[in-house]
Amino acid sequence: MASVLSLLRPRNNTFTCSCYCNRFYKFKILRMLPIDPTKKISFTRHICDGDLVVVYERHDNMKAIKVCQGSVLQNRFGVFKHSDWIGKPFGSKVFSNKNGFVYLLAPTPELWTLVLSHRTQILYIADISFVIMYLEIVPGCMVLESGTGSGSLTTSLARAVAPTGHVYTFDFHEQRAASAREDFEKTGLSSLVTVGVRDIQGEGFPDEFSGLADSVFLDLPQPWLAIPSAGKMLKPDGVLCSFSPCIEQVQRACDSLRSNFTDIKTFEILLRTYEVREVKMDCSQGDEAKPGSILPRKRPQRTIEGGNEQDKLSSQTVMARPCSEAKGHTGYLTFARLKCLS
Amino acid sequence: MSQNNSQSDTIQNPRVTWEGCSVLLDINDGDRLVFARLSAGSTLKIGNKTYSLQPLIGCPFGSLFQVENGDQGHCLARFVPSIEGNNIQEKGDFESQDEIKDNRALVDNNKAQSLTGEEINAMRSQGATGDEIVEALIANSATFEKKTLFSQEKYRLKKQKKYAPKVLLRRPFARSICEAYFKKYPARIGFLRVDALSLLLSMANVSANSDVLVVDMVGGLLTGAVAERLGGTGYVCSTYLGSTPYSIDIVRIFNLSNEICKRIVRSPLTDLSLSQNGTSEQIHQQGDEINQQGDEINMECLSNNQMSSSVGMEEISPTENDTSDVISETTVSPVNRTGKSTKAGNKASKQAIDLWKENGFSSLIIAAPELDLWSLLKDLLPLLANSAPFAIYHQYLQPLATCMHNLQLGKMAIGLQISEPWLREYQVLPSRTHPCMQMSAFGGYILSGIKICSSS
Repeated sequence: MASVLSLLRPRNNTFTCSCYCNRFYKFKILRMLPIDPTKKISFTRHICDGDLVVVYERHDNMKAIKVCQGSVLQNRFGVFKHSDWIGKPFGSKVFSNKNGFVYLLAPTPELWTLVLSHRTQILYIADISFVIMYLEIVPGCMVLESGTGSGSLTTSLARAVAPTGHVYTFDFHEQRAASAREDFEKTGLSSLVTVGVRDIQGEGFPDEFSGLADSVFLDLPQPWLAIPSAGKMLKPDGVLCSFSPCIEQVQRACDSLRSNFTDIKTFEILLRTYEVREVKMDCSQGDEAKPGSILPRKRPQRTIEGGNEQDKLSSQTVMARPCSEAKGHTGYLTFARLKCLS
Repeated sequence: MSQNNSQSDTIQNPRVTWEGCSVLLDINDGDRLVFARLSAGSTLKIGNKTYSLQPLIGCPFGSLFQVENGDQGHCLARFVPSIEGNNIQEKGDFESQDEIKDNRALVDNNKAQSLTGEEINAMRSQGATGDEIVEALIANSATFEKKTLFSQEKYRLKKQKKYAPKVLLRRPFARSICEAYFKKYPARIGFLRVDALSLLLSMANVSANSDVLVVDMVGGLLTGAVAERLGGTGYVCSTYLGSTPYSIDIVRIFNLSNEICKRIVRSPLTDLSLSQNGTSEQIHQQGDEINQQGDEINMECLSNNQMSSSVGMEEISPTENDTSDVISETTVSPVNRTGKSTKAGNKASKQAIDLWKENGFSSLIIAAPELDLWSLLKDLLPLLANSAPFAIYHQYLQPLATCMHNLQLGKMAIGLQISEPWLREYQVLPSRTHPCMQMSAFGGYILSGIKICSSS
């Protein structure tokens, strides 16, 4: 049976479905970003053959799938036919043969970060969103990145520079660079992202980019080796970011930044999540309260008219508390601006 | 890309200042932050002297200026810092081998400095530069040599800040504007910290060609940040209950090009609603209540502005009616207030509104500390396209918890999450690396989710 994660090769805006059904389609395929204004999500936009959708089973269980006329999705809820999906709006609930259901969502860089295949450790939304803000990336910017890794941050960088900017990303691992390229094809970002195979620590960034970069992002084991080159690539007052898990790396990076960079800041950012539950609180009073009971009394007593009985009342309250599990550390983010020396 | 004619129509990201542009002046490394508009007549007060800002026009963002006593009196002059090596590190290693200094003998009795105030003033009038005065202070300090190298560096920096203040010319960007406000007037932006703002923009998938619906009751910071990310395409529609739009004055500080400004529009919720009859009445009722609150907020903004000009954070924030110029310290020459730039925040056109009714907005962001979230959300969700993400910011947890619960019950959204961002800054210096002593303990809560299709 056809693979559900299929790769389509665009040729002159026609697409071959790789499930051997030999059909050619000329469709407005929904990709990740509305680079073409006619392709963005809307009330009127429905799922088409060839679209990339995110299948949502649970908040921690999602996958990205290319819709294909003859394909199916099989999971613990049953068998889902792609053909049932075609023509439905995004955000729809769809059913399996066993009446199980999933939701079909339009892909976004945030969802992509949660579903992409991890070839390396990736950056998550807290770090990604802060980096984009602090690197001051807006449409039209040119951004350099190394290493590409699994392309999690790259996807968000592409969104930030679209439609007129560009991201040049480099990884020294040929296979990973190729996988990243495939992913960007899948998500429709190839016009915004160029993946190069290059050892930035050893060779620096290519000279042709000198003085053209608005921002540079480094996620390397020894970023201080790449910092001099980054300094040549950046426009004056351009911003650099270096992500390092270990404080020793941060210290060496900051040392090498001090000569040509200013405004050097290092941060840690984490997200604390909360769970919400409706809790039933027992409001019994006095004699009826069990010894050692920890039920708080939230509401005043209401007596029944004419009666002496105390009602055992219960009230429903929505309460929130932090989740017990949390990420303790991802990495340190060091930002700096290139000194303005002209 | 010519950077000389920087009327920023075509250039998305101008890096050189121009006459009439908005700038953020960073005095002494973040000690004092001042927004200003550059013109021939604008000035800045440092200490007890007033300096013209004219030398700053036409300079690249990121330039440094220092105070100079020239022939025409005192002025701000551009200077280029030398590319210095890491002197302290080298000396530090050397020192640790020879002697370990500590502060056991240092007594803080205010008698260490033998240079008097009068002598300093005399030096100044003879034309000594700030750096020369700092050197003189060091030479006349009895305890300087006894201090550790790190302590000496700290002392030197402190004196430099006082006698040789430096002004850094910064670009107003979502990041710098948010940080400046959070530091000085956090209440005006609802305590929205820069990492919370960045999360809102990501979670709501703000990108070019999006149509973003926002409820911005944080002075316009949110609207401006969204518009920056849209880059002149799509729309950011700032909606409001009742008939008075909320103030979005902060948008003016952003230096947004005309193209981007055109994309910032406003529309009352009643105009955007899909159903014409029943709900609009309720909306009006709530809206009128909010109107009164909204007026209070606007008034607060005004009185804050009046206060601020004497406190040192001068802002260019004329009122909606654009009559009174609330700035007293920074004299902005009226000549520059031409109607050249497109005013952001025009009423949304009927065409646009019809388009949004037909297609839906691609995402929603709410930052409304004063409003009842659930009733607002109930009215806004139908305006969102299917599978559109939304992000709601609030200072308090309970309203978000209630919303999240109701959304779950009503099966209106999935992927619901309440997050609280935690941000900590580190000081990284040789042998002195540790988290900063000061920290912001709180930046708000965010409820995010994706609207699902309530279909048949």
